[in-house]
Amino acid sequence: MSNPTTTESKPAPPPVEKIKIKVDGREIEVPKMMPDWQGKLQPTTMLQACALAGVEIPHYCYHPKLPVAGNCRMCLVEFGTPMMGPDRKPVLNEDGTPKIAKSVLPYEPGTPRGAIGCATPITPGMELYPSSPATKQMREAIMESLLINHPLDCPICDQAGECKLQEYSVDYGKSASRFVEEKVHKPKQVDLGPRIMLDDERCILCTRCIRFTKDIVGDDKLGIVNRGSYNTIAAYPGTQFDNNYTLNTVDICPVGALTSKDFRFKMRVWFLKETKSLCTSCGTGCNTIIGSRENKMYRYEPRENDAVNSTWMCDYGRLNYKWINRPDRLSKVAGSRFKGEIPSEVWLEAVKAILAVLNKAPQDSVAIVASARQTNEELYLIKKMADKLGAITDSVPRTGESDRLLLHEDRNPNSTGARLIGISPQQMGSNLPKIADGIRTGQIRTLLVIGEDVTRHGIGAELLQKLDNLIVSDILPSKTTELAHILLPGCAHGEKRGSFVNVKGRVQRFMKAMEGPGEARPEWEFLKELVEGVTGRTGPATIEGLFNQMAKDVPAFNELTWAALGDQGVTVPL
Amino acid sequence: MIVKRKELSFWERLYLPAIIGGFKVTLRHFFRKKVTMQYPEEKWVVPEGYRGAPYLVKDPEGNTKCVSCQLCEFVCPPKAIKITPPGPDGQAADRPAAEKMPKEFEINMLRCIFCGYCQEVCPEEAIFLMKDYSLNGESRKEMIFNKEKLLALGGVHEDKIWKWKNK
Repeated sequence: MSNPTTTESKPAPPPVEKIKIKVDGREIEVPKMMPDWQGKLQPTTMLQACALAGVEIPHYCYHPKLPVAGNCRMCLVEFGTPMMGPDRKPVLNEDGTPKIAKSVLPYEPGTPRGAIGCATPITPGMELYPSSPATKQMREAIMESLLINHPLDCPICDQAGECKLQEYSVDYGKSASRFVEEKVHKPKQVDLGPRIMLDDERCILCTRCIRFTKDIVGDDKLGIVNRGSYNTIAAYPGTQFDNNYTLNTVDICPVGALTSKDFRFKMRVWFLKETKSLCTSCGTGCNTIIGSRENKMYRYEPRENDAVNSTWMCDYGRLNYKWINRPDRLSKVAGSRFKGEIPSEVWLEAVKAILAVLNKAPQDSVAIVASARQTNEELYLIKKMADKLGAITDSVPRTGESDRLLLHEDRNPNSTGARLIGISPQQMGSNLPKIADGIRTGQIRTLLVIGEDVTRHGIGAELLQKLDNLIVSDILPSKTTELAHILLPGCAHGEKRGSFVNVKGRVQRFMKAMEGPGEARPEWEFLKELVEGVTGRTGPATIEGLFNQMAKDVPAFNELTWAALGDQGVTVPL
Repeated sequence: MIVKRKELSFWERLYLPAIIGGFKVTLRHFFRKKVTMQYPEEKWVVPEGYRGAPYLVKDPEGNTKCVSCQLCEFVCPPKAIKITPPGPDGQAADRPAAEKMPKEFEINMLRCIFCGYCQEVCPEEAIFLMKDYSLNGESRKEMIFNKEKLLALGGVHEDKIWKWKNK
């Protein structure tokens, strides 16, 4: 199958120059140059080479998306290089293999001298020994040094369970401490900014947070103050660490020094179920992981996707999840028109009642306002229904301030999808006044509202009261849901599957983490029943089938398939 | 198959020797030391290391020792323990250095299998299997012990380390 789905035009890549090295005695070929944190080609480091060989090198301060600092020393590796004779020719063993000179201390030739894997480039013929006793001993010593002043805070530390210090302690550390002196006590529960809590005792001074805020965000707010073992991370005196990306430092902090005030003491991380999802707070569509337990959502974390958000996400989007757990979520099929007497059949009755209305409605008497927060699959079903009914459709534009990094001014997660599918005109919201006029003149008698409060967008309560039929589906109560003749409770993105198209045309899918409250159903399920009732033709009954059908029908999707989206999504030309 | 009944001998057919033999046993026991315990007026003294009901303990200063690390909840095989962590705006911990303590701590004694994993896993020595073996109530709800009840039943545990006090 041809693959016309990406705009990333790929000219034939230049041949990659490779060099041969040995890792733990195993010969492998690795590229001479590899992308660094900015994606620029730099000489391959020992750490990268070992990763290619499938050997993990423990590290704290190194992060693939941050400049290399080389200060934690955890990635020390014993190594050797081919020995050179006085004639600058390699010295050979008796069997013809090059003789390797192991790196040793200059004044103590019997002691191996390691090099930090994160910052040492490899050279041809180099031999790395990441599993040798000497390397193991170096790691043990580094762990011991890092743990000297570390408090025994694990029972009260939010990082416990995803803490590198814990993990490497188990893997490479010693079980008993030899330290008999008094530990240095540093400040605890330091208020670093509105969303960040700092515990200096837990900090291992890897400076990841400093580099992130300086080099990624461009807000050089953090630094190290005080001397020697009293070194502490601090914000610039008199200021708060408060940019829109502060919570990423909590993710990259390898220990529990930086913790989120929002997530503080809420749940232990090992209970959280991780579900691949997307952020719905703006058009960027950052890839996220939902952490949920027992149908309650606890946090968002960014998920790596170099085509969208690298490994970051903004604080605005990260903290915009609390509405999902709100106790006043719509959980019952309701409305003035509809009385569901038999709870088990409430949805059947509701769909029947809506179909009775729609199938009687004359052409041009129906209007549909569908939110650009709905998934592609849902918008596609709505479009099919609208085409059959001759209905006018639109979405509601939503804008805000953008920033240089990730936050986009379009605050709808799926504006592009709404335009591609044809729910919204190119100028989103330009049909809303026409719908309002239609209701005023009495031409539009039936209005379907999916996921919006239209009373705040030009179709006021007095207009809604003029309608014969107001059918609303939403998640949270609003003025519009109060006036609805038939109200259908819908699901948040964490409670269903679907796909969004971001502002750059990246089609991405998200998975289900929780069940919707009460009688709530994913919108696509009942929309599918409505479409079948209106058109008289049955369609796919799964999200996969629905997406694949949509991709065939809507030319912009280029015959993509749900499976081809993968976890990272696919870019379609806009 | 037909099992043939053994013919009784004359001595056996006399009947009285067997009766007398039975009374002899009864008489022998009649004069021996009594072993029946008058439960519930009299209670059994449980041996050291007995695994009874798990309760929460306080330190000698009356502070809640549990810091809501939820390891017991994690390890509990029948999922009898349910802890509600304090969250960012929860009540301050009894010991300020410990930073947190559970908002609610529930053990469903109907589910508990008295395995002792919670005691074993606890990094704070805050939960112990005590010697209570007779747990009863009039409803299932009553058998879910909350934090207040568990602390009251658990009493004070002599603390040797004072981990959070000397921080």
